[in-house]
Amino acid sequence: MSERLLVEAVNDALHVELARDDSVMVMGEDVGRAGGVFRATAGLRDRFGESRCVDTPLSEAGILGAAVGLCMAGWKPVCEMQYDAFSYPCLDQLITHVGRYRWRTGGKMEFPITVRMPYGGGVRAPELHDDSPETYYVHTPGIKVAIPSTPADAKGLLAAAIRDPDPVVVFEPKLIYRTERGEVPDGEHVVPLGKARVARAGSDVTLVAYGAMVPLCERAAAELAGEASCEVLDIRSLRPLDEDALLASAAKTGRVVIVQEAPRTVGFAAEIAAILAEKAILDLRGPVIRVTGFDVPYPYWKIEDSYMPSVERVSAAVRRVVEF
Amino acid sequence: MAQGDPDLRRVIDEDRELDGVGEHELLGLYRSMVLLRTYDERSLVYHRQGRIGTYAIFWNHEAMQAGSVHALSDEDWIFPSYRESAIGLLRGMPPSTVLHWWRGHPAGWWNPADYNVASICVPIGTHVPHAAGLAWGKKLKGEPACAIAYFGDGATSEGAFHEGANFAAVMQAPLILFCNNNQWAISTPLSAQTHAETLADKAVGYGMPGVRVDGGDVLAVYEATREAVDRARAGEGPTFIESVTYRAAPHATADDPRAYIDLARVEEEKKNECLGRYERYLRRLGLLGDDLEAEIKAEAADAMRAGIAAVEAEPDADPELLFEHAYVFPPPNLRDGWHT
Repeated sequence: MSERLLVEAVNDALHVELARDDSVMVMGEDVGRAGGVFRATAGLRDRFGESRCVDTPLSEAGILGAAVGLCMAGWKPVCEMQYDAFSYPCLDQLITHVGRYRWRTGGKMEFPITVRMPYGGGVRAPELHDDSPETYYVHTPGIKVAIPSTPADAKGLLAAAIRDPDPVVVFEPKLIYRTERGEVPDGEHVVPLGKARVARAGSDVTLVAYGAMVPLCERAAAELAGEASCEVLDIRSLRPLDEDALLASAAKTGRVVIVQEAPRTVGFAAEIAAILAEKAILDLRGPVIRVTGFDVPYPYWKIEDSYMPSVERVSAAVRRVVEF
Repeated sequence: MAQGDPDLRRVIDEDRELDGVGEHELLGLYRSMVLLRTYDERSLVYHRQGRIGTYAIFWNHEAMQAGSVHALSDEDWIFPSYRESAIGLLRGMPPSTVLHWWRGHPAGWWNPADYNVASICVPIGTHVPHAAGLAWGKKLKGEPACAIAYFGDGATSEGAFHEGANFAAVMQAPLILFCNNNQWAISTPLSAQTHAETLADKAVGYGMPGVRVDGGDVLAVYEATREAVDRARAGEGPTFIESVTYRAAPHATADDPRAYIDLARVEEEKKNECLGRYERYLRRLGLLGDDLEAEIKAEAADAMRAGIAAVEAEPDADPELLFEHAYVFPPPNLRDGWHT
């Protein structure tokens, strides 16, 4: 075990996986010489050479499109999108090819592509450095999506993504890149996709979250300790989704609040609410409540704290469902 | 433009002969063109008979497809657009596979690694980065294979074309960018597609050679592609080939070009279509006579008859296939809402 920051755990995973498998390569903008704008890829180019940690042109569709061809040539590409909102040009490739190509070959050819990107707000950054685009990705058939909230999971989920024979997108919560510090297993460490984590046990209300909203929910749960016992469920992986863990927690507490920083409409919280409506209606003692961003462009940072879910908004939702 | 343009490389009309291309290879090119022509003409009939669905016609594009594929080795990868849907036939793919594809039957799926032919790309130009990635990936592994991506004149306006071309050039990937410039993107003429004097001019911006050939001249296409392959294998990076022809048929079976095309021009082009041009060349050389021509065309017709028979003997696809193949490890809720 070593104590690491979340972004250091990402870097550790890349070092371990590139050393473990010669066919794994990292590509992206500024990932090589600079070691990534967040230092997530630091040291890879020196250690593994410039053909396994490649500085690409500024070309998000080119990066992901090239990754398709690299798979055909026997590589397992790990593509970095420099920021959440800079990834949008790659959605064309993701939707028209990456999610479809294995299907198109009748299952004969695998596309073990990993896309990783820092995402989310609260970091006092310019426009389009703050988005939470996970819905676009998870809505695409053929694509798996994982989002860690701890350093150990940042390493383990990324390793699982790289080893998975299907395309996986890993969103890394940049707000907590350097604020979450924790024990991370040394060497190989894999957290399987599709297994949620109970971050905090409780009996009255379940707070469902992922990414940077998990530590926020843990803070809310701590503040609410005198009035309501909150369970915090870190779902870790949006596809595959651990429905068993979700339904088990809902059955235990009977009350669910879902927290996401993405815009509200058709966000992943809506999917979780729909699953609860279909499969847990008799377990629920009150409405499923969403705490989300809003259906507006992510704001300039002088007012971003009013957009982001807060301990206050989460606490208000908990009180509402408890008092229902 | 196609046949009158003096800047285009030509072989047939100049009665040149190519170095290292003997009778066997010349007739091999002819067999490939006939196979493609037969595939295309029969497919139009099958469509009208309701035996396949919408079909993208490639009549008069056979010289471009056969001429370029023959300049490749079997380890080289082909990235077709829908206009090259049957190009796998030149790599041994059975006609039934492609007919299934146009019939919307999952038996039209194939493993690209079986033929080194990628899946047919339906959206415009988005396969160009795939070809760049394959070529670059082979280079990184020290393998000699190169890649060729086929696309039309319209694709050169797409972002994916630009990103793929630039990527390949920066990585000096062994790639041939093969533009089949038939001067129409459905109803949009080349003049509404670009303000560049020629599409080959775009290559300058990527730092790669751009060459122009008469796309109706199978030997000119072969020669230009062979040079591009030689460059690629020598580590000199990608080449852009603008292969100029004229679309003498509708874009696809769902298109009626009478609304926009110059019908007199189409009739003019048809008189000089690529297969007839090559037949006349082979006859001038004394390599093709009536008997051999009839034999080669009969072989191709037999292959298509066998292909459509195999397709129609195929059982209906199992609806369970809905859930196969999108994932190696599918998510557990994939069948939620499936009630059969």
